[in-house]
Amino acid sequence: MEKFSYVNATSLEQVTALLSDSGWGEVMLIAGGTDLLAELKEYVETPKTLINLKTLPGMDGIEADASGLKIGALTTVADIARHPTIQHHYTVLAQAAGSVATPQIRNVGTLGGNLCQRPRCWYYRDESTHCLKKGGDICYAVDGLSKYHAILGGDPVYIVHPSDLAPALIALGASVKIIGPDGEKTMSLEDFFTLPAANPFRENVLEPNEIVVEVQVPPAKSNTKSFYLKAREKGAPDFALASVAAVFEMDGKTCQSASVVLGGVAPAPWRSKEAEVALTGKMIDDNVSKQAGADAVKDAQPLNDNAYKVTLTQNLVSRAVMMATS
Amino acid sequence: MASWGEASESRLIGKRIPRLSGRDKVTGKAKYTFDINRPGLLYGRILRSEIAHANVVGVDLSEAEALPGVKAVIQIVEVGKKIRYQGQEIAAVAAETDDIAKDAIRLIRVDLEELPYVVTEADAMADGAPQIRDDWAGNQSDPNVREAGDLEGGFAQAAVEVEATYHAPVQTHVCLETHGHVAEWEDEQNLTVWASTQGVFGVRNDLAGSFNLPANQVRVITEHMGGGFGSKFGPGVEGRTAADLARISGRPVKLMLTRKAEHLVAGNRPSMTQHVRAGATSDGRLIAYDMKGHGTGGISSGAGFQAPYVYHVPNLRTEKVNVAVNVGNQRAMRAPGHPQGAFAMDSLMDELAEKLGMNPLEFRRINDPSEVRQAQYTLGAQEIGWHRRNNLPGSGEGIKKRGMGVGSGLWGGGGGPSTQARVSINSDGTVEAVTGTQDIGTGIRTAIAIIVAEEFGLAPTDITVRVGDSAPGLPSGGSGGSQTTASVAPVIKTAAAAAKQKLFERVAPQLEAPVEDLRVGNRTIYVVSDRTKTIKWELATGQLGMESISEGGNWDEELRQGGVAGTQFAEVEIDTQTGAIRVIKIVAVQDCGLAINRLTTESQINGGVIMGLGQALLEERFMDAETGRMLNANLEDYKVPGTFEIPEIKSIVFDTHRKVTGVGEPPCIPTPGAIANAVYNAIGVRIRELPITPDKILTALAEKKA
Repeated sequence: MEKFSYVNATSLEQVTALLSDSGWGEVMLIAGGTDLLAELKEYVETPKTLINLKTLPGMDGIEADASGLKIGALTTVADIARHPTIQHHYTVLAQAAGSVATPQIRNVGTLGGNLCQRPRCWYYRDESTHCLKKGGDICYAVDGLSKYHAILGGDPVYIVHPSDLAPALIALGASVKIIGPDGEKTMSLEDFFTLPAANPFRENVLEPNEIVVEVQVPPAKSNTKSFYLKAREKGAPDFALASVAAVFEMDGKTCQSASVVLGGVAPAPWRSKEAEVALTGKMIDDNVSKQAGADAVKDAQPLNDNAYKVTLTQNLVSRAVMMATS
Repeated sequence: MASWGEASESRLIGKRIPRLSGRDKVTGKAKYTFDINRPGLLYGRILRSEIAHANVVGVDLSEAEALPGVKAVIQIVEVGKKIRYQGQEIAAVAAETDDIAKDAIRLIRVDLEELPYVVTEADAMADGAPQIRDDWAGNQSDPNVREAGDLEGGFAQAAVEVEATYHAPVQTHVCLETHGHVAEWEDEQNLTVWASTQGVFGVRNDLAGSFNLPANQVRVITEHMGGGFGSKFGPGVEGRTAADLARISGRPVKLMLTRKAEHLVAGNRPSMTQHVRAGATSDGRLIAYDMKGHGTGGISSGAGFQAPYVYHVPNLRTEKVNVAVNVGNQRAMRAPGHPQGAFAMDSLMDELAEKLGMNPLEFRRINDPSEVRQAQYTLGAQEIGWHRRNNLPGSGEGIKKRGMGVGSGLWGGGGGPSTQARVSINSDGTVEAVTGTQDIGTGIRTAIAIIVAEEFGLAPTDITVRVGDSAPGLPSGGSGGSQTTASVAPVIKTAAAAAKQKLFERVAPQLEAPVEDLRVGNRTIYVVSDRTKTIKWELATGQLGMESISEGGNWDEELRQGGVAGTQFAEVEIDTQTGAIRVIKIVAVQDCGLAINRLTTESQINGGVIMGLGQALLEERFMDAETGRMLNANLEDYKVPGTFEIPEIKSIVFDTHRKVTGVGEPPCIPTPGAIANAVYNAIGVRIRELPITPDKILTALAEKKA
């Protein structure tokens, strides 16, 4: 990696001040470092300054009460996975957190880092390949090897968003608190992520001088049912070929409301309105769940090597629906 | 005539003995080349080409040389020469820290004139492909053709025929410890190198030649080694570079390959594609086999594979060509040519058996000339529960479907006369065995201790075994071809016997008995005809004084034997909705002759099965045609088995005789074929390309449905 200076953060004001005016890549934030370190070592990122967020007080806790969850951005993935309230009432989130990478990575990787991690695309991660995402002319996956790439929302960059936590949190209706030089704002996590058509270079709307500080999840209802399913080629560590976060409010066997968010198949966590429509107001059975799966992928546009993801995603959605509601 | 004696007479040989270095390995006390740190150590790094084919126009080292902390910079490729693959060495540096070395190689300015490249076989074989080797016409070698019997006559007798294409992609070795060396010059004429190698003496001789030194002035040490699988026989460019950097800087230099370089330049198993048409008679005899195939070993040749394999075919024609691509060279990889050949052959056998309406195991019994494997089929089938297998492939109920398959293999492993060794008895009663072989993780160190301890009535932990060092001047061959144990064991055995004889000669007069009547056990020498006459081991050796006993051994044909057969059975479960494949159980029945240490033999079989499972389900090198680069030169997207992938492995040491045979390689051979056949049996769709990944399962199931 290139040399950089290292600053231990003392306050959010100091962090946003250090970030301002530098643009992307000059000053970068590090918490667990499980993603960023690899990018530094591969020279994909070459910041001049790294700000260590781990020294910020009070950003690594989980508050669970009647108003829902407040999870600090520095909370580790492992702490989310093993939190009793999350396990019992926000099952999809605990399952998603537990599926991340390996115990070692879950123990240091943070919520904020997981949401803001960069794509795993093998063209993007290669220093010598100047792809569209890095300001080049083409997305090499289009005519190249695309087994692990997007089937939805790709154009013009066919990376997939690698986060497991994001689909689960979006399905739970989470919002994200962001602090910038002008103060704090809160937005829905769904709106936080963007597609390459809007911005081919970034995966979310964060400005270079902003920082994610907290994720808020509305309270779970007594009739909430949820499940996270992740398909991968190897048990661990492996990123998702496709994943599904499914959250339902049930009245007996009938689905009152549905939230279905896909991971690993699109450049952002992909909310499947089509699947939700297919489920909402219906008695959940095999046929309904199959219809939801089929609807979830009806707009899929696979590349040369990833048509299998259409079938896989379709089947995962159906299965997640049955697992969540049974 | 020398022999290993009867099993009933063996106290240690053939038993399950924990490896002597186990404790050191799990506590981290064991020092691998990566762990060697010398006073004044510098760190070496190599600058490699990211372009697959280019003319070298200029190399400017000046900025790197000027970087503070840099102690040596060398140019490896000459201006005017060609770069032929990604990863090819351009220049190297040695610096005070690894970080400085990394910075320094990025300051080397390289002017490359890019040439057209081809990195996939399809592109290399296409009409109008750029020619990438000067010594071939086109990118394909002359075909290697073999014919036997009467092919058309054979097909005329066939009741059924199968025509199919089988493919296995390039696999890389993925040595846990990457290739590398620590090189240190004592003076201008004496070089010591710690090497991660399978051949201590091979590295010594190569470096002696490279630096024009007498061989005995180069010392090579490999105390512990983190995996080679056939890829670590010489110092390679990186070893010579480490020694050169150390020579120029006058400081010791450590130069280990990065994981990326390991994938790119440290060898690989060539790919295999075979188009085969084969026929069998109505009574189940394989009668005709016509195969046209190709593979790539990178820019070099060497992409051979076994076809046909194991089973007898009287009428055949095979034609193989090597395809050159702008990619790093192949090297021998655990049973070169066999696992991929076995995968294709065992898949073909099952396809033919199905057309005949015959149980695939019965079809094998008819066509397999090996009596050993015939017995293994029976044992393996019992162990896996072959009777539970789907009679109709894909007929299992539910979303998750199970199936069983079988595969076979053969290997040599008989060793050869290439080892010198000494066994010494010191006056304090300690015993040493010294030889220039190397323990590449297979446990030869422990095997040597077992053989010597057996001879002397001692415990394996009583024996000091010195291996992995060229300094004693007792050469042994490289550890390849599963030859190590069969080469070393006879020499150690005869050396130990000779040393014992000398000791007996010393004490025979005191015991008033002829030497032939003396025996040793429980740290006591006794007279077999009069057990009241004894002398304690330490008392006997104490009389040696300064004249310790030290005896050499000799190669003895009678103590070893080559040629092994193996059979494996696999049971798998497939999730037909996700394509996920779980191997439930592998039964590996491995012929091996006398297992000196049954425990490490079982470990060897376990390791082979795991490697075969990786080839079957996960491993594939992805080359990008557009950029000419490997896309998964890491361990994230080049996937090897992890704990979740490991099934129940039933390793059966099938010892058919009491002569030593190596089994380093053969246990990885039958696994991919057995798994592929089990997949077919589970879902009724045949996957003819390795690795069998969820995408292929889902695609095949969708095609079947459609």
